[in-house]
Amino acid sequence: MWKRTMIGAVVLFLVGAAAYASFYIAPEERTMRVIQRIFYFHAASAWAGMTAFSVCFLANLLYVWRREEKWDSLGVSSAEVGLAFITVVLITGPIWAKPAWGIYWTWDARLTSTFVLWLLYVSYLLLRSLIEEPDRRALLSALFGIFAFIDVPIVFGAIRWWRTQHPAPVIMGGPGSGLEPTMRKVFFFSVLALHALMVFLIVERYRLEKLRTDLELVRREAEAI
Amino acid sequence: MSLLPNAAVLLGKELRTEFRSRELLTTTLIFILIVIVLFSFTFDPTSDESRRFAPGLLWLAFLFASSLMLQPCFLREQHNDTLSALRLSVRDPFAIFLAKLAANTLFLLLTELLLLPLFAIMYNVPVLSVLHWLVLVFFLASLGISIAGTALSAISAQARMRELLLPLLMLPLLTPILVASTEVTKALFDRTPYVQWKGIGFLAVFDVVFLTALWLFGEYLLEE
Repeated sequence: MWKRTMIGAVVLFLVGAAAYASFYIAPEERTMRVIQRIFYFHAASAWAGMTAFSVCFLANLLYVWRREEKWDSLGVSSAEVGLAFITVVLITGPIWAKPAWGIYWTWDARLTSTFVLWLLYVSYLLLRSLIEEPDRRALLSALFGIFAFIDVPIVFGAIRWWRTQHPAPVIMGGPGSGLEPTMRKVFFFSVLALHALMVFLIVERYRLEKLRTDLELVRREAEAI
Repeated sequence: MSLLPNAAVLLGKELRTEFRSRELLTTTLIFILIVIVLFSFTFDPTSDESRRFAPGLLWLAFLFASSLMLQPCFLREQHNDTLSALRLSVRDPFAIFLAKLAANTLFLLLTELLLLPLFAIMYNVPVLSVLHWLVLVFFLASLGISIAGTALSAISAQARMRELLLPLLMLPLLTPILVASTEVTKALFDRTPYVQWKGIGFLAVFDVVFLTALWLFGEYLLEE
Protein backbone atom coordinates (compact mmCIF):
# COMPACT_ATOMS: atom_id res chain seq x y z
CA MET A 1 0.00 0.00 0.00
CA TRP A 2 2.81 2.35 1.00
CA LYS A 3 4.67 1.52 -2.20
CA ARG A 4 1.61 2.29 -4.31
CA THR A 5 1.11 5.64 -2.62
CA MET A 6 4.75 6.49 -3.27
CA ILE A 7 4.50 5.59 -6.93
CA GLY A 8 1.31 7.62 -7.17
CA ALA A 9 3.09 10.61 -5.62
CA VAL A 10 5.97 10.33 -8.09
CA VAL A 11 3.55 10.18 -11.03
CA LEU A 12 1.66 13.18 -9.70
CA PHE A 13 4.93 15.07 -9.32
CA LEU A 14 5.91 14.23 -12.91
CA VAL A 15 2.59 15.48 -14.28
CA GLY A 16 2.85 18.63 -12.15
CA ALA A 17 6.40 19.20 -13.38
CA ALA A 18 5.26 18.76 -16.97
CA ALA A 19 2.52 21.34 -16.41
CA TYR A 20 5.06 23.73 -14.89
CA ALA A 21 7.49 23.16 -17.75
CA SER A 22 4.88 23.76 -20.40
CA PHE A 23 3.83 27.05 -18.79
CA TYR A 24 7.14 28.49 -17.59
CA ILE A 25 10.05 26.77 -19.29
CA ALA A 26 8.85 26.32 -22.86
CA PRO A 27 9.34 29.50 -24.93
CA GLU A 28 6.27 31.35 -26.16
CA GLU A 29 5.21 30.47 -29.67
CA ARG A 30 5.36 33.41 -32.07
CA THR A 31 1.88 33.43 -33.61
CA MET A 32 -0.32 31.46 -31.21
CA ARG A 33 1.22 32.86 -28.00
CA VAL A 34 0.03 31.33 -24.74
CA ILE A 35 -2.67 29.18 -26.35
CA GLN A 36 -0.04 27.01 -27.96
CA ARG A 37 1.03 25.76 -24.52
CA ILE A 38 -1.98 23.45 -24.37
CA PHE A 39 -0.24 21.47 -27.11
CA TYR A 40 2.13 19.88 -24.56
CA PHE A 41 -0.81 18.18 -22.90
CA HIS A 42 -3.02 17.81 -25.94
CA ALA A 43 -0.54 15.97 -28.13
CA ALA A 44 1.09 14.11 -25.25
CA SER A 45 -2.34 12.83 -24.14
CA ALA A 46 -2.97 11.67 -27.68
CA TRP A 47 0.29 9.73 -27.63
CA ALA A 48 -0.46 8.23 -24.23
CA GLY A 49 -3.98 7.29 -25.34
CA MET A 50 -2.66 5.62 -28.46
CA THR A 51 -0.12 3.70 -26.40
CA ALA A 52 -2.89 2.54 -24.07
CA PHE A 53 -4.94 1.33 -27.05
CA SER A 54 -1.88 -0.49 -28.37
CA VAL A 55 -1.56 -2.21 -25.00
CA CYS A 56 -5.25 -3.07 -25.25
CA PHE A 57 -4.69 -4.57 -28.70
CA LEU A 58 -1.78 -6.69 -27.47
CA ALA A 59 -3.83 -7.83 -24.48
CA ASN A 60 -6.68 -8.76 -26.81
CA LEU A 61 -4.38 -10.79 -29.04
CA LEU A 62 -2.85 -12.51 -26.02
CA TYR A 63 -6.27 -13.34 -24.65
CA VAL A 64 -7.40 -14.94 -27.90
CA TRP A 65 -4.16 -16.89 -28.00
CA ARG A 66 -3.65 -17.90 -24.34
CA ARG A 67 -7.18 -17.61 -22.87
CA GLU A 68 -5.90 -16.31 -19.56
CA GLU A 69 -8.12 -14.06 -17.52
CA LYS A 70 -5.33 -11.58 -16.79
CA TRP A 71 -5.17 -10.55 -20.45
CA ASP A 72 -8.86 -9.79 -20.42
CA SER A 73 -8.40 -7.64 -17.30
CA LEU A 74 -5.50 -5.83 -18.92
CA GLY A 75 -7.58 -5.32 -22.07
CA VAL A 76 -10.48 -3.63 -20.31
CA SER A 77 -8.15 -1.60 -18.06
CA SER A 78 -6.10 -0.19 -20.91
CA ALA A 79 -9.19 0.48 -23.03
CA GLU A 80 -10.77 2.53 -20.24
CA VAL A 81 -7.60 4.47 -19.51
CA GLY A 82 -6.94 5.07 -23.21
CA LEU A 83 -10.47 6.32 -23.57
CA ALA A 84 -9.90 8.78 -20.71
CA PHE A 85 -6.80 10.15 -22.44
CA ILE A 86 -8.52 10.47 -25.81
CA THR A 87 -11.35 12.27 -24.02
CA VAL A 88 -8.76 14.76 -22.75
CA VAL A 89 -7.54 15.16 -26.34
CA LEU A 90 -11.08 15.80 -27.56
CA ILE A 91 -11.64 18.40 -24.85
CA THR A 92 -8.30 20.25 -25.06
CA GLY A 93 -8.51 20.28 -28.87
CA PRO A 94 -11.56 22.56 -29.09
CA ILE A 95 -10.17 24.77 -26.29
CA TRP A 96 -7.14 25.38 -28.52
CA ALA A 97 -9.12 25.53 -31.74
CA LYS A 98 -11.50 28.31 -30.71
CA PRO A 99 -8.83 31.05 -30.45
CA ALA A 100 -6.58 29.54 -33.14
CA TRP A 101 -9.11 28.66 -35.84
CA GLY A 102 -12.08 30.68 -34.60
CA ILE A 103 -14.25 27.59 -34.24
CA TYR A 104 -14.47 24.85 -31.63
CA TRP A 105 -14.89 21.97 -33.96
CA THR A 106 -14.44 21.27 -37.62
CA TRP A 107 -15.15 18.02 -39.42
CA ASP A 108 -11.60 17.71 -40.51
CA ALA A 109 -10.30 14.20 -41.09
CA ARG A 110 -7.98 14.15 -38.11
CA LEU A 111 -10.53 15.38 -35.59
CA THR A 112 -13.13 13.13 -37.05
CA SER A 113 -10.89 10.10 -36.99
CA THR A 114 -9.97 10.74 -33.36
CA PHE A 115 -13.66 10.99 -32.61
CA VAL A 116 -14.32 7.74 -34.47
CA LEU A 117 -11.50 6.13 -32.51
CA TRP A 118 -13.17 7.30 -29.31
CA LEU A 119 -16.50 5.88 -30.48
CA LEU A 120 -14.90 2.54 -31.35
CA TYR A 121 -13.59 2.09 -27.83
CA VAL A 122 -16.85 3.27 -26.31
CA SER A 123 -18.49 0.50 -28.35
CA TYR A 124 -15.88 -1.91 -27.05
CA LEU A 125 -16.80 -1.10 -23.45
CA LEU A 126 -20.50 -1.14 -24.29
CA LEU A 127 -20.16 -4.58 -25.82
CA ARG A 128 -18.50 -5.80 -22.65
CA SER A 129 -21.36 -4.55 -20.55
CA LEU A 130 -23.87 -6.43 -22.69
CA ILE A 131 -22.42 -9.93 -22.38
CA GLU A 132 -22.99 -11.66 -19.06
CA GLU A 133 -20.93 -14.78 -19.31
CA PRO A 134 -17.28 -13.87 -18.41
CA ASP A 135 -15.47 -16.17 -20.86
CA ARG A 136 -17.68 -15.23 -23.76
CA ARG A 137 -17.41 -11.54 -22.85
CA ALA A 138 -13.64 -11.78 -22.75
CA LEU A 139 -13.35 -13.59 -26.08
CA LEU A 140 -15.88 -11.57 -28.06
CA SER A 141 -14.72 -8.21 -26.78
CA ALA A 142 -11.10 -9.19 -27.47
CA LEU A 143 -12.06 -10.01 -31.05
CA PHE A 144 -13.94 -6.73 -31.45
CA GLY A 145 -10.95 -4.93 -29.94
CA ILE A 146 -8.71 -6.51 -32.56
CA PHE A 147 -11.02 -5.48 -35.40
CA ALA A 148 -11.31 -1.97 -33.98
CA PHE A 149 -7.56 -1.55 -33.67
CA ILE A 150 -7.01 -2.78 -37.22
CA ASP A 151 -9.56 -0.18 -38.30
CA VAL A 152 -7.66 2.69 -36.65
CA PRO A 153 -4.84 3.08 -39.21
CA ILE A 154 -7.41 2.79 -42.01
CA VAL A 155 -9.48 5.57 -40.46
CA PHE A 156 -6.35 7.66 -39.95
CA GLY A 157 -5.24 6.90 -43.49
CA ALA A 158 -7.90 9.35 -44.57
CA ILE A 159 -5.88 12.17 -42.94
CA ARG A 160 -3.46 12.64 -45.76
CA TRP A 161 -5.92 11.68 -48.50
CA TRP A 162 -8.99 13.76 -47.89
CA ARG A 163 -8.94 17.42 -46.97
CA THR A 164 -7.56 18.45 -43.63
CA GLN A 165 -7.40 21.56 -41.48
CA HIS A 166 -5.47 20.11 -38.56
CA PRO A 167 -1.88 21.39 -38.31
CA ALA A 168 0.37 19.02 -40.23
CA PRO A 169 2.23 16.62 -37.96
CA VAL A 170 5.00 18.64 -36.29
CA ILE A 171 6.89 15.68 -34.91
CA MET A 172 8.09 13.12 -37.45
CA GLY A 173 6.12 15.04 -40.07
CA GLY A 174 8.79 15.08 -42.73
CA PRO A 175 11.12 17.89 -43.89
CA GLY A 176 10.30 21.45 -42.81
CA SER A 177 8.54 20.35 -39.65
CA GLY A 178 10.01 20.20 -36.18
CA LEU A 179 10.04 21.88 -32.80
CA GLU A 180 12.34 24.44 -31.29
CA PRO A 181 14.84 22.52 -29.02
CA THR A 182 13.42 23.66 -25.63
CA MET A 183 9.87 23.07 -26.82
CA ARG A 184 10.98 19.65 -27.96
CA LYS A 185 12.41 18.83 -24.55
CA VAL A 186 9.31 20.04 -22.73
CA PHE A 187 7.10 18.11 -25.12
CA PHE A 188 8.94 14.84 -24.63
CA PHE A 189 8.94 15.39 -20.89
CA SER A 190 5.14 15.78 -21.05
CA VAL A 191 4.93 12.63 -23.11
CA LEU A 192 6.97 10.83 -20.47
CA ALA A 193 4.88 12.21 -17.58
CA LEU A 194 1.57 11.33 -19.19
CA HIS A 195 2.83 7.86 -20.08
CA ALA A 196 3.80 7.38 -16.45
CA LEU A 197 0.30 8.49 -15.46
CA MET A 198 -1.23 6.15 -18.00
CA VAL A 199 0.76 3.14 -16.81
CA PHE A 200 -0.08 3.97 -13.20
CA LEU A 201 -3.79 4.22 -13.98
CA ILE A 202 -3.79 0.98 -15.97
CA VAL A 203 -2.05 -0.87 -13.13
CA GLU A 204 -4.56 0.49 -10.60
CA ARG A 205 -7.51 -0.29 -12.85
CA TYR A 206 -6.11 -3.77 -13.45
CA ARG A 207 -5.95 -4.34 -9.72
CA LEU A 208 -9.57 -3.24 -9.41
CA GLU A 209 -10.64 -5.58 -12.20
CA LYS A 210 -8.83 -8.43 -10.50
CA LEU A 211 -10.65 -7.70 -7.22
CA ARG A 212 -13.93 -7.62 -9.10
CA THR A 213 -13.41 -10.99 -10.75
CA ASP A 214 -12.27 -12.50 -7.46
CA LEU A 215 -15.36 -11.15 -5.77
CA GLU A 216 -17.51 -12.55 -8.56
CA LEU A 217 -15.93 -15.98 -8.06
CA VAL A 218 -16.45 -15.93 -4.31
CA ARG A 219 -20.04 -14.83 -4.81
CA ARG A 220 -20.68 -17.69 -7.21
CA GLU A 221 -19.17 -20.21 -4.84
CA ALA A 222 -21.32 -18.85 -2.05
CA GLU A 223 -24.41 -19.18 -4.23
CA ALA A 224 -23.46 -22.74 -5.11
CA ILE A 225 -23.39 -23.63 -1.43
CA MET B 1 -8.91 -27.54 -50.32
CA SER B 2 -12.46 -28.17 -49.20
CA LEU B 3 -12.93 -24.52 -48.29
CA LEU B 4 -14.37 -23.21 -51.54
CA PRO B 5 -16.66 -26.18 -52.34
CA ASN B 6 -17.96 -26.06 -48.75
CA ALA B 7 -18.53 -22.32 -48.95
CA ALA B 8 -20.31 -22.75 -52.29
CA VAL B 9 -22.74 -25.26 -50.81
CA LEU B 10 -23.43 -22.99 -47.85
CA LEU B 11 -23.85 -20.02 -50.15
CA GLY B 12 -26.48 -22.03 -52.03
CA LYS B 13 -28.26 -22.59 -48.72
CA GLU B 14 -28.16 -18.87 -47.87
CA LEU B 15 -29.52 -17.91 -51.25
CA ARG B 16 -32.27 -20.54 -51.12
CA THR B 17 -33.35 -19.40 -47.67
CA GLU B 18 -33.53 -15.80 -48.80
CA PHE B 19 -35.15 -16.27 -52.16
CA ARG B 20 -37.88 -18.44 -50.68
CA SER B 21 -39.20 -15.56 -48.62
CA ARG B 22 -37.30 -12.56 -50.01
CA GLU B 23 -37.84 -10.98 -46.60
CA LEU B 24 -34.45 -9.34 -46.31
CA LEU B 25 -34.43 -7.92 -49.81
CA THR B 26 -37.93 -6.47 -49.60
CA THR B 27 -37.52 -4.88 -46.20
CA THR B 28 -34.11 -3.42 -47.02
CA LEU B 29 -35.37 -2.08 -50.32
CA ILE B 30 -38.32 -0.37 -48.68
CA PHE B 31 -36.16 0.96 -45.89
CA ILE B 32 -33.72 2.63 -48.29
CA LEU B 33 -36.63 3.99 -50.29
CA ILE B 34 -38.09 5.59 -47.16
CA VAL B 35 -34.73 7.10 -46.25
CA ILE B 36 -34.30 8.51 -49.76
CA VAL B 37 -37.74 10.10 -49.68
CA LEU B 38 -37.19 11.51 -46.19
CA PHE B 39 -33.83 12.95 -47.18
CA SER B 40 -35.44 14.91 -50.00
CA PHE B 41 -37.13 17.08 -47.36
CA THR B 42 -33.85 18.05 -45.73
CA PHE B 43 -32.51 20.01 -48.71
CA ASP B 44 -33.68 21.29 -52.06
CA PRO B 45 -32.96 18.43 -54.46
CA THR B 46 -32.09 20.48 -57.52
CA SER B 47 -29.43 19.14 -59.84
CA ASP B 48 -26.59 21.16 -58.34
CA GLU B 49 -27.49 20.50 -54.74
CA SER B 50 -27.97 16.83 -55.51
CA ARG B 51 -24.48 16.53 -56.93
CA ARG B 52 -23.15 17.79 -53.62
CA PHE B 53 -25.34 15.91 -51.19
CA ALA B 54 -26.64 12.87 -53.00
CA PRO B 55 -23.51 10.68 -52.81
CA GLY B 56 -23.30 11.01 -49.03
CA LEU B 57 -27.02 10.51 -48.69
CA LEU B 58 -26.92 7.41 -50.83
CA TRP B 59 -24.13 5.79 -48.85
CA LEU B 60 -25.60 6.74 -45.52
CA ALA B 61 -28.85 5.08 -46.57
CA PHE B 62 -26.97 1.97 -47.72
CA LEU B 63 -24.97 1.83 -44.52
CA PHE B 64 -28.00 2.13 -42.25
CA ALA B 65 -29.87 -0.38 -44.36
CA SER B 66 -27.01 -2.85 -44.18
CA SER B 67 -26.91 -2.58 -40.40
CA LEU B 68 -30.51 -3.81 -40.49
CA MET B 69 -29.96 -6.36 -43.19
CA LEU B 70 -27.06 -8.03 -41.43
CA GLN B 71 -29.00 -8.58 -38.20
CA PRO B 72 -30.53 -11.97 -39.01
CA CYS B 73 -27.29 -13.29 -40.48
CA PHE B 74 -26.32 -15.21 -37.35
CA LEU B 75 -29.43 -14.56 -35.31
CA ARG B 76 -31.44 -16.82 -37.59
CA GLU B 77 -28.99 -19.67 -37.03
CA GLN B 78 -29.24 -19.11 -33.31
CA HIS B 79 -33.03 -19.07 -33.22
CA ASN B 80 -33.20 -22.28 -35.21
CA ASP B 81 -30.32 -23.83 -33.29
CA THR B 82 -28.50 -24.58 -36.49
CA LEU B 83 -25.13 -23.02 -35.72
CA SER B 84 -23.63 -26.20 -34.28
CA ALA B 85 -24.86 -28.17 -37.26
CA LEU B 86 -23.28 -25.63 -39.56
CA ARG B 87 -20.01 -25.82 -37.73
CA LEU B 88 -19.98 -29.60 -37.83
CA SER B 89 -20.69 -29.64 -41.53
CA VAL B 90 -17.49 -27.87 -42.57
CA ARG B 91 -13.87 -28.52 -41.82
CA ASP B 92 -12.87 -24.85 -41.81
CA PRO B 93 -15.33 -22.47 -40.10
CA PHE B 94 -14.09 -19.75 -42.44
CA ALA B 95 -16.31 -21.39 -45.08
CA ILE B 96 -19.37 -20.34 -43.04
CA PHE B 97 -18.21 -16.74 -43.03
CA LEU B 98 -17.25 -16.85 -46.67
CA ALA B 99 -20.72 -18.10 -47.62
CA LYS B 100 -22.52 -15.60 -45.44
CA LEU B 101 -20.49 -12.62 -46.53
CA ALA B 102 -20.83 -13.59 -50.18
CA ALA B 103 -24.60 -13.85 -49.73
CA ASN B 104 -24.74 -10.51 -47.91
CA THR B 105 -22.63 -8.81 -50.58
CA LEU B 106 -24.95 -10.17 -53.22
CA PHE B 107 -28.09 -9.02 -51.39
CA LEU B 108 -26.68 -5.57 -50.77
CA LEU B 109 -25.48 -5.18 -54.33
CA LEU B 110 -28.85 -6.29 -55.63
CA THR B 111 -30.76 -3.75 -53.52
CA GLU B 112 -28.32 -1.00 -54.46
CA LEU B 113 -28.66 -1.72 -58.17
CA LEU B 114 -32.44 -1.92 -57.95
CA LEU B 115 -32.56 1.46 -56.24
CA LEU B 116 -30.05 3.22 -58.43
CA PRO B 117 -32.37 4.07 -61.36
CA LEU B 118 -35.02 5.34 -58.96
CA PHE B 119 -32.46 7.40 -57.12
CA ALA B 120 -31.07 8.82 -60.36
CA ILE B 121 -34.53 9.94 -61.47
CA MET B 122 -35.60 11.40 -58.13
CA TYR B 123 -32.38 13.29 -57.50
CA ASN B 124 -31.57 14.30 -61.06
CA VAL B 125 -28.19 12.67 -61.32
CA PRO B 126 -27.11 11.11 -64.61
CA VAL B 127 -25.74 7.64 -63.92
CA LEU B 128 -25.82 5.81 -67.26
CA SER B 129 -22.48 7.08 -68.54
CA VAL B 130 -20.63 6.03 -65.38
CA LEU B 131 -22.67 2.94 -64.63
CA HIS B 132 -19.80 0.44 -64.85
CA TRP B 133 -17.72 2.49 -62.42
CA LEU B 134 -20.64 2.81 -60.03
CA VAL B 135 -21.10 -0.95 -60.09
CA LEU B 136 -17.43 -1.36 -59.20
CA VAL B 137 -17.72 1.03 -56.25
CA PHE B 138 -20.98 -0.59 -55.13
CA PHE B 139 -19.33 -3.98 -55.26
CA LEU B 140 -16.17 -3.02 -53.35
CA ALA B 141 -18.09 -1.11 -50.69
CA SER B 142 -20.77 -3.79 -50.28
CA LEU B 143 -18.05 -6.38 -49.95
CA GLY B 144 -16.35 -4.35 -47.22
CA ILE B 145 -19.62 -3.74 -45.40
CA SER B 146 -20.46 -7.44 -45.58
CA ILE B 147 -17.05 -8.65 -44.41
CA ALA B 148 -16.98 -6.45 -41.32
CA GLY B 149 -20.74 -6.69 -40.79
CA THR B 150 -20.85 -10.48 -40.92
CA ALA B 151 -18.08 -10.72 -38.34
CA LEU B 152 -19.77 -8.18 -36.09
CA SER B 153 -23.19 -9.78 -36.40
CA ALA B 154 -21.60 -13.01 -35.13
CA ILE B 155 -20.46 -10.99 -32.11
CA SER B 156 -23.66 -9.06 -31.50
CA ALA B 157 -25.83 -12.18 -31.85
CA GLN B 158 -24.30 -13.44 -28.61
CA ALA B 159 -24.97 -10.30 -26.57
CA ARG B 160 -27.97 -8.67 -24.96
CA MET B 161 -29.82 -5.91 -26.85
CA ARG B 162 -28.36 -7.37 -30.02
CA GLU B 163 -30.60 -5.46 -32.43
CA LEU B 164 -29.33 -2.18 -31.04
CA LEU B 165 -25.79 -3.31 -30.57
CA LEU B 166 -24.98 -4.25 -34.17
CA PRO B 167 -25.29 -0.73 -35.60
CA LEU B 168 -23.26 0.62 -32.68
CA LEU B 169 -20.43 -1.78 -33.39
CA MET B 170 -20.71 -1.58 -37.13
CA LEU B 171 -21.18 2.05 -38.05
CA PRO B 172 -18.03 3.50 -36.46
CA LEU B 173 -15.99 0.62 -37.85
CA LEU B 174 -17.31 1.28 -41.33
CA THR B 175 -16.57 5.03 -41.47
CA PRO B 176 -13.64 4.46 -43.86
CA ILE B 177 -16.06 2.81 -46.30
CA LEU B 178 -18.51 5.68 -46.01
CA VAL B 179 -15.79 8.29 -46.58
CA ALA B 180 -14.14 6.55 -49.51
CA SER B 181 -17.25 5.45 -51.35
CA THR B 182 -18.86 8.87 -50.93
CA GLU B 183 -15.79 10.57 -52.38
CA VAL B 184 -15.64 8.20 -55.33
CA THR B 185 -19.35 8.52 -56.01
CA LYS B 186 -19.12 12.31 -55.77
CA ALA B 187 -16.41 12.30 -58.43
CA LEU B 188 -18.59 10.11 -60.64
CA PHE B 189 -21.62 12.41 -60.22
CA ASP B 190 -19.52 15.44 -61.16
CA ARG B 191 -20.40 17.57 -64.22
CA THR B 192 -17.27 16.18 -65.79
CA PRO B 193 -17.18 12.73 -64.21
CA TYR B 194 -13.83 11.22 -63.35
CA VAL B 195 -12.65 8.08 -61.61
CA GLN B 196 -11.03 8.64 -58.25
CA TRP B 197 -8.60 5.77 -58.18
CA LYS B 198 -7.27 6.40 -54.71
CA GLY B 199 -10.77 5.94 -53.30
CA ILE B 200 -11.24 2.72 -55.21
CA GLY B 201 -7.84 1.52 -54.03
CA PHE B 202 -8.76 2.50 -50.48
CA LEU B 203 -11.92 0.39 -50.62
CA ALA B 204 -9.98 -2.55 -52.01
CA VAL B 205 -7.40 -2.27 -49.23
CA PHE B 206 -10.16 -2.18 -46.61
CA ASP B 207 -11.69 -5.33 -48.09
CA VAL B 208 -8.39 -7.20 -48.16
CA VAL B 209 -7.41 -6.17 -44.62
CA PHE B 210 -10.71 -7.18 -43.06
CA LEU B 211 -10.99 -10.38 -45.07
CA THR B 212 -7.55 -11.35 -43.76
CA ALA B 213 -8.58 -10.46 -40.20
CA LEU B 214 -11.74 -12.53 -40.55
CA TRP B 215 -9.77 -15.43 -41.96
CA LEU B 216 -7.36 -15.27 -39.02
CA PHE B 217 -9.88 -14.77 -36.22
CA GLY B 218 -13.20 -15.94 -37.64
CA GLU B 219 -13.13 -19.39 -36.06
CA TYR B 220 -13.01 -17.90 -32.55
CA LEU B 221 -16.19 -15.95 -33.24
CA LEU B 222 -18.14 -19.18 -33.53
CA GLU B 223 -16.78 -20.86 -30.42
CA GLU B 224 -19.31 -22.20 -27.97
